[in-house]
Amino acid sequence: MSVSKKDVEHVAKLARLEFNEMEKNSLMDDLNKVLGYIEKLEELNTENEDIIINPYYIENKFREDDIQQSLKVEAVTINAPQSLGGYIVVPKIID
Amino acid sequence: MEFESVIGLEVHAELSTKTKIYCGCSTEFGGEPNSHVCPVCLGLPGSLPTLNKKVVEYGIKTGLALNCSITNLGRMDRKNYFYPDCSKDYQITQDELPICRDGYIDIELQDGTKKRIRIERIHIEEDAGKLLHTAAGTLVDFNRSGVPLIEIVSWPDMRTPEEATLYLQKLKSILFSLGVSDCKMEQGSLRCDGNISVMKKGSTKFGVRAEIKNLNSFKSLEKAFEFEIVRHIKAIEQGEVLTQETRRWDESSNITINMRSKEEANDYRYFPEGDLVTLNISDEWIKEIKNTIPELPYEKAERFVASYGIPKYDAGVLTLNFEMSEFFDETAKISKDPKAASNWLMGDISRMMNEKHLTVENLKFSPSELSELIKLINDGIISNNIGKKVIENMFETGKAPKSIIEEKGLIQNNNEAEILDVVKKIIQDNPKSVEDFKNGKKRAIGFIVGLIMKETKGKANPQIVNALVNSEMNKI
Amino acid sequence: MDLNLYTAHELSDLISNKKVKVEEVVNSHFNRIDSVDSKLGAYLYLAKTEAIDKAREIDNKISQGGKTGRLAGIPVSIKDNISVQGMQNSCASKILKGYISPYDAHVIEKIKGEDGIILGKLNMDEFAMGSSTENSACRVTRNPWDTERVPGGSSGGSAVCVSAFESPLALGTDTGGSVRQPASLCGVVGLKPTYGRVSRYGAVAFGSTLDQIGTFARDVEDCALLNQYIAGVDQRDSTTANIEVPNYQSSLTKDLKGKRIGVPKEYFGEGLDEGVRKAVFEALRVFEENGAIVKECSLPLSDYSLAAYYIISSAEASSNLARFDGIRYGHRATEFNDAVDIYYKSRSQGFGPEVKRRIMLGTYVLSAGYYDAYYKKALKVRNLIKQDFSRVLKDFDAIVCPTSPTTAFKIGEKSGDVLSMYLSDIYTVPVNVAGLPGISIPCGMVNNLPVGLQIIGNYYREDVLFNIAYSFEKSTNWHKMKPNI
Repeated sequence: MSVSKKDVEHVAKLARLEFNEMEKNSLMDDLNKVLGYIEKLEELNTENEDIIINPYYIENKFREDDIQQSLKVEAVTINAPQSLGGYIVVPKIID
Repeated sequence: MEFESVIGLEVHAELSTKTKIYCGCSTEFGGEPNSHVCPVCLGLPGSLPTLNKKVVEYGIKTGLALNCSITNLGRMDRKNYFYPDCSKDYQITQDELPICRDGYIDIELQDGTKKRIRIERIHIEEDAGKLLHTAAGTLVDFNRSGVPLIEIVSWPDMRTPEEATLYLQKLKSILFSLGVSDCKMEQGSLRCDGNISVMKKGSTKFGVRAEIKNLNSFKSLEKAFEFEIVRHIKAIEQGEVLTQETRRWDESSNITINMRSKEEANDYRYFPEGDLVTLNISDEWIKEIKNTIPELPYEKAERFVASYGIPKYDAGVLTLNFEMSEFFDETAKISKDPKAASNWLMGDISRMMNEKHLTVENLKFSPSELSELIKLINDGIISNNIGKKVIENMFETGKAPKSIIEEKGLIQNNNEAEILDVVKKIIQDNPKSVEDFKNGKKRAIGFIVGLIMKETKGKANPQIVNALVNSEMNKI
Repeated sequence: MDLNLYTAHELSDLISNKKVKVEEVVNSHFNRIDSVDSKLGAYLYLAKTEAIDKAREIDNKISQGGKTGRLAGIPVSIKDNISVQGMQNSCASKILKGYISPYDAHVIEKIKGEDGIILGKLNMDEFAMGSSTENSACRVTRNPWDTERVPGGSSGGSAVCVSAFESPLALGTDTGGSVRQPASLCGVVGLKPTYGRVSRYGAVAFGSTLDQIGTFARDVEDCALLNQYIAGVDQRDSTTANIEVPNYQSSLTKDLKGKRIGVPKEYFGEGLDEGVRKAVFEALRVFEENGAIVKECSLPLSDYSLAAYYIISSAEASSNLARFDGIRYGHRATEFNDAVDIYYKSRSQGFGPEVKRRIMLGTYVLSAGYYDAYYKKALKVRNLIKQDFSRVLKDFDAIVCPTSPTTAFKIGEKSGDVLSMYLSDIYTVPVNVAGLPGISIPCGMVNNLPVGLQIIGNYYREDVLFNIAYSFEKSTNWHKMKPNI
């Protein structure tokens, strides 16, 4: 599997990252190198294996439906790059 | 060429738990912006989700009520996308192993035939925040971020907008009666998206489908689908190529509009949510939850028809609203006259409630008091007409029927001798009517009866009056 | 003796016996930081006011005969990706510039609850991605043993501050070795607990199924002390297990009779520095002398762990780092075309190259068409790797090997070669993949640079690790070495 520049551009879009031409080329090389390395997993037969998500298996951890304290509005807006009243402000979205 | 539409519905309902699905913030509607948020639902660095047990319970409950099989070993997944109302830029939902699958809702069409609409899957997930678009920018409020949602996806088994409406109505009534959601479409706690395509009638090959969003009322659902059918048919007949797209129903212009921003197919890169653990739902838990499912509206309607012998239509109307169905059920049991109970509730009582914009919960009298009224009429103590006056008074004051009758002296007069006197007097005073009757105008009897009822202030037993007037008039 | 030269357990005795005041302890540490940190660069933030205030509070309580916590007056320094309320949590990234955490991580609540004192926040590789701390967007951190060399990473600042006597204890995070490897390169003790032993609530996520908060100390007793109070189930982290935290003190014995130690042959092959190999083999003799049975074992899937690790960790990271978008906090671009472009600009400006590289790799392996071949495959290989370890841990109580294939390398030496940097984690990564606990302890020196020994245990058997490590300490003096700074 070889990564092309088009692949890099498509993945960058999904990740909301932008790169200049030089960076794209370098990324292409890096990704191909790493992908080449991780392709060695093909050597292993995993046909009959289940996937593992958490390495130590736990099931059924739940929270009761009891209200807990929320943050104060000031604590929310204080870190926001732009806020208005209690709202967080972002550039106008055109749908 | 005859066409038919192929419709599938995706319904989201906000679950009425006290707290959000992944954190303990309140789900209370309204509230100052960003006053019900915490590091988890705000997506602050380092925060972790915890799964609300009630949400899982409601999910299972819904699946059982919709005849689904419950997934015993399931999990949560991440759906990755960037949007300002998405506080983590991923939504924790269920992709591969939804909590329920393979259910159905049976609908009854106008012609009486039953049709099964299959449900593909049901899963639980979180809602996003709210966006307020202003000239100065878009304002984001994360109070709604993390509110639990249940998503119910049907197979495209519906063939007309009417079927879609029936499906949605029944689904709504079931969700509401389970108590898992308040199902308020106008407030957004019940949302519907539809998939619609058109094909030659009887064909098995589906046409190109359009996803329609923003169907926020039964009316707009109907109108949007009708519009789409016309649009699709027109395109097909003109040889135009239809593309799979997402469209929005626009209420003000009564058309669907293409949503350009959604057109680009999103690669959501679903993968398992590593911060939450496996859901192992035992058969015991499922059984426990099954026992909490109340009699569903359609089951209740079927019972009313079977045990009370009331018409299917009446049963349907009486079970549209939970409180109404309970009130009827109680009254029918106590009075042992389900027909009368149904007539009063569907007739005068509903009329008065509509006039005053009130609901069954606002009624000032109880099922036993309504039963009392029914018994008084059946025992001949008062006439049905007097009953109408009494129910109005009960509605206004909440007083018991017996005390109203006593206070207002409304007890029916069953004394034949007394009534006969009045009958004779009225007939005597109205020779013209007698003349009319003799000339074949049967209506004259009604006129005489009316005068007698007026004279007796409505208290004379109408059956006796009728019988006596008839016999006296015929004697002349 | 200067108070900053004592271990935490020694300070604890001095404080509870009223031989020293907490304020003196804290001042001594800040003095040390003031005198050496300009050469080392471990700290990103010093909580001088907060620490002194807390110190005075505890001194008052003690003088009034009040009850204090079990870490009373002990300074702890925190990697800058673990939330401390009111302090920065930059993850050594530009994208979190200006962000102040409004809440405490679970482990911080625990430390504060036991009256421990937070000295400040420590430098790291940006978002914990790296093995040398060279990926920090803030500053360079230098190894106290040779300031031309890296301290290791990603918890470089944590290892350095403990190694250089700036703080007796420190917290870091370990996703693929980020506590154990810098501990090894700096000659201190570094523990990565079992996955789920310590709550991750408040630690900025990198690999959700790999991360653990780890502890740095100058000896095993100190490490066990801190871990005692931060370990345990937390309702806010569903991946923590309902397993009781044993009394680790009782594991601190020299006797290893009956303990079976496995030495995996695959960990002593190509790429391992000769000096490191020698030091580790000599360490094995100490275990035998103390009663353990040391035998060779085999972990044939070791070769595949790094590949599986990079797929899983990058994939999880690509999702965990999506929230850094300049919308609710952190850096937001000032020039952009529209509401979509602002994401591209903020993120591209805010993230460093290694972070972007991992996000790109992670996004790629999760994307349509590649999910099954890469990600799902890696999750199945993970199962095989777990089974590999479980098989060995049936016959052995612990597995011992080098922590890192080399000693500390020079600053700038590996930063050009992506794979070479990744390979420095080859011995530590499998432990995260399997979710097992692992500890690194100093076991030797090569050219005046510390060598670390890694001990890997079974799930929730940190007690075995502490026992074996403590026994080693009792027979050697490596943990007593001091860098000349």
